[in-house]
Amino acid sequence: MPMLNMRVSSPAALIDINRIETLRGIEDRPDCVRVGAMTRYVELQESAVIRAHVPLLAMALPLVAHVAIRNRGTIGGSLCLSDPAAETPACCVAAQAQIVLAGPSGCRTVAAEDFAIGLYETERQPDEILVEVLFPKAVSGRIFFVDEFSRRKGDFAIVGLAGSIRDKGSTVNDPRLVFFGSDNRPILAHAAAAAIDGRPWSDAVRQAASESLDDDLDPMDSIHASANYRRRLAKVLLSRVITRALAS
Amino acid sequence: MTSSAESPIGASLPRSRAARFVTGKGRYTDDFTAPRMLFAAFIRSPYAHARILHIDASAAMERPGARRVLTAKDIAAVCKPYRAVNNIFPTMNSPLQHAVAIEKVHYQGEPVAIVIADTRAQAEDAAEHVQIDWEPLPAVTDAEAAASSKTPVIHEGFDTNLCFQTKIETPDIDKCLQEAAAIIEESFIFGRHTGVPLEMRTILANYDASDGILTVTQSHQVPHELQGIYARQLGLAESKVHVICPDVGGAFGIKLQAYNDEIAICAAAVILQRPVKYQVDRLEAFISDVQARDHHVKAKIALDANNDILAFAVEDIFAIGPYPQFPRSSLQEGFHVIQLTGAPYRFRDYRGVLQVVFQNKVNAGLYRAVGQPISCALTERMIDMAARHAGRDPIDFRREHYRREAEFPCKSPSNVALTKMALLQCHDAVVDGMQIRALRKEQAALRERGILRGIGIATFVELVNPGPNYYTNAGLAVSAQDACTLRLEPGGTVRCRVSLSEFGQGTDFSIGQVVAATLGITASAVEVECGDSWTAPFGGGSWASRGIMMGSEAGWRAARTLRESILKTAGQLLQCPAESLDIRAGEIVEVSGRARMSVAELANIAHYRQGLLPKDCQPELTATSHYSPRDLDYVSSAGVQSSYVEVDAETGFVRLLRHGVSHDSGNVINPLLLAEQLRGGAVQGIGSALYEECLYDEDGQLLNGTLADYLVPMAAEIPDIEIYDVATPWQPTGAPKPKGVGEAGVAGASAAILNAINDAIYPLGASIAQIPCTPERLLDVIDRARKPPAG
Ligand SMILES: Cc1cc2nc3c(=O)[nH]c(=O)nc-3n(C[C@H](O)[C@H](O)[C@H](O)COP(=O)(O)OP(=O)(O)OC[C@H]3O[C@@H](n4cnc5c(N)ncnc54)[C@H](O)[C@@H]3O)c2cc1C
Repeated sequence: MPMLNMRVSSPAALIDINRIETLRGIEDRPDCVRVGAMTRYVELQESAVIRAHVPLLAMALPLVAHVAIRNRGTIGGSLCLSDPAAETPACCVAAQAQIVLAGPSGCRTVAAEDFAIGLYETERQPDEILVEVLFPKAVSGRIFFVDEFSRRKGDFAIVGLAGSIRDKGSTVNDPRLVFFGSDNRPILAHAAAAAIDGRPWSDAVRQAASESLDDDLDPMDSIHASANYRRRLAKVLLSRVITRALAS
Repeated sequence: MTSSAESPIGASLPRSRAARFVTGKGRYTDDFTAPRMLFAAFIRSPYAHARILHIDASAAMERPGARRVLTAKDIAAVCKPYRAVNNIFPTMNSPLQHAVAIEKVHYQGEPVAIVIADTRAQAEDAAEHVQIDWEPLPAVTDAEAAASSKTPVIHEGFDTNLCFQTKIETPDIDKCLQEAAAIIEESFIFGRHTGVPLEMRTILANYDASDGILTVTQSHQVPHELQGIYARQLGLAESKVHVICPDVGGAFGIKLQAYNDEIAICAAAVILQRPVKYQVDRLEAFISDVQARDHHVKAKIALDANNDILAFAVEDIFAIGPYPQFPRSSLQEGFHVIQLTGAPYRFRDYRGVLQVVFQNKVNAGLYRAVGQPISCALTERMIDMAARHAGRDPIDFRREHYRREAEFPCKSPSNVALTKMALLQCHDAVVDGMQIRALRKEQAALRERGILRGIGIATFVELVNPGPNYYTNAGLAVSAQDACTLRLEPGGTVRCRVSLSEFGQGTDFSIGQVVAATLGITASAVEVECGDSWTAPFGGGSWASRGIMMGSEAGWRAARTLRESILKTAGQLLQCPAESLDIRAGEIVEVSGRARMSVAELANIAHYRQGLLPKDCQPELTATSHYSPRDLDYVSSAGVQSSYVEVDAETGFVRLLRHGVSHDSGNVINPLLLAEQLRGGAVQGIGSALYEECLYDEDGQLLNGTLADYLVPMAAEIPDIEIYDVATPWQPTGAPKPKGVGEAGVAGASAAILNAINDAIYPLGASIAQIPCTPERLLDVIDRARKPPAG
């Protein structure tokens, strides 16, 4: 909408998908939770199914902008827009969601991890529509976390982190770490995860995690934050988030 | 007179128009329409500095709804060029300005053509088809670079980018600086800000050739002044120009002067002889509304061996964009910096050097608290540094060095006449109210746990309500006189028309309270109107915190006249001396209190049943008073703000935990509205201290022209602002003498925040002198302090 408003984009035709009922709704299926592309943030936020089975998303939604935006914004819109600092796409990656696209030749499924490919760029082809997102149900025994640094409450994150670890006392176990806001798309931080997996959360491990983040992230420069500053905040965030997760 | 206990003066009454605004029923300029109305879209320069080689509008004229494309030549046929001239600054360089750029543009966003169409959308569509050939030229953006003689000159026909320079100094300043026991120095940078009114600038101009009248509905602060400006620019008689400012959704000085695009819309209406409407959208607001600040300042404070203050010295480079804003100029901000630095304190010697320079950014103008946040930040940061040097608590150090009440009136070493200010009272009100001594203990305890909190205090002095001497000497067609007309209507309502303007402050309603109190009727029996250059009595309008100061005096004077007339008529009717009667709560009573008749009854008789009146009784039911403050150039006014912040040294994030404001507000007309003015101002000041900045690249391209990128603080960022106002109760024997508070909140907030942050990071050995103080900048100074010096 802002793009249209600022005359940045002037498409020849604008298709209103608001009345396609099959694009909406949250469905508790035996093997997953199905979220229609047009489901609005507010519906996700109020959903008991999401709270129970996709806790990460439930935790992330209060960080998405403000009430007025959450009343309008949709999960599909957010995924297709693919703003690098958006919370929901990062949560989809962290929660290992599957994204279902429909095009002239039928439907296909893309792992959330592979969906965003660049700045405002996704796997979706121009003739495809995002139909639904399938979330595997959260297994018990994991601790979920999502947090971010933003200048004002509700702003897009300068850098954010969504993910989970297995609940194993003071040792970090099986971490899944997704950074958003730092790079041009959500980044699954393999190196940092490897550096801390199976280790007690000591200062040395913390330091190692910080250093290996340099391999995972290639932060962007913008008027809101330099690449260096983003990198630094990512490290502080990782350290604080894991400390808090282990303490919970 | 009414006893103050039941008087509407001093009562926290909610504004009568509040319901209209909160229910979305406000009537803003964009809500007005006119038959045969057309819409305008501006083509604005994409370059900060460029030559216009060729404009081809033929393709645009083919677009649906397109009516006309107007360029500089068309506009120049009906509209004169202009320049800001101010006789107080006779050496000011002031290049000629055109409503639409001729040949060359000097900032990104400068109007180069106007497309007129049936709808705004069509005008914007057609505008995309106007072909313009440009020759981009190198842009001058940085203030210090602009001041250098090596930098290319941006205006043809000028040999310098210097707009103006001046110096205020005491004869002994050099000697004083040589002999001082200590000199503490700091270099400050103040980023550009803008006002961001909720309602963007909007104008609907309509020229009727049959009677030669130009009617302009516009979101603006000074309808009377605009009327004269438009008349002169378009060669019309002033009596043929009618300016109406309906509800105005915020102004902040952004809507005080004249804009090229607004003058151009009036010209377009004359050319087309049809109503033309134009509203800047938010993107355009960021590249066309005046901005402010943009100062680089080197400051010094000199102390003697006892750590008493000997002198302040400041050198300010102030970058104003390509032109002094028309008509009042933009220099006042620089003047306030060199006039007000050090103002709350006793010291002997002073030097203030001001260089005002041209650059390729949109004009700087007169934004809320003009220059005062800068002089305050300079002074208060230097005072904190001096207190540190002296090993003193900054609270005690201030208290010892304030000017005492007995010293006023006096002249400051910077040659400013200072009237009585309650500095100590304001100081103690904040220190006690915020319980700063207890906060110090909390701060120390938290420091032990590695939590960095800081307490900042800032004392500010404002010059408000500039008197007629200034405008007379400046040679400006600006009225420092205001007026109030009261009309007693059937039913006892008093319709009150004032020359002051209202854009959200509640000035109109507060003037009504003064009128009601003086007459002895209830506030709800007064209806206040303003904003119409023809129906309101002639006068200045609202700026420089003058609205309530001027309006209360004019209203009080008019109300006394009307009151006399009502009592005289009542006396004749009731066959008793007027002096034996009084008006209380809308009732005409004997002095003993016995009710005789209501004002409503008297009004009905006076309007409809004159037959009941004695034959020689010709009641005067309308009263007007004009007022201009002749005895003073300015009123000086003071306050203190304090911030309590927490700094995250790992991220540079600053959390504002508490913020308190005290202000010497004189007689308070409406404590509720006063507190809200102080709060709103403080929030705007906090915004500029921590978040807001117009960011440009070196080519003069604005980088953050949206509200997602130009960060204004929102509710979540701001704690409840604590108000510790220092008020003087009104003695109902004279005119209420309120002091304006419109700018006070802004004036001291940046300094309080800056001092609080510096207090918090002091244990790290770091300090910062840049506004806004963003997390990244803060982390930068913390890093530099931590790094061992090289070598
Ligand atoms: C002031 C503001 C603050 C914001 N802050 C945040 C924030 O903090 N965090 C955050 O995550 N987001 C934020 N957003 C973004 C917001 O959350 C929405 O995600 C975003 O505006 C998209 O809105 P929408 O869902 O209505 O999609 P639209 O605007 O309708 O669509 C976005 C794009 O996706 C395409 N599209 C939409 N649906 C589909 C579909 N089903 N199939 C194919 N293509 C589709 C559209 O064609 C368009 O190109 C903010 C937005 C605003 C305006």
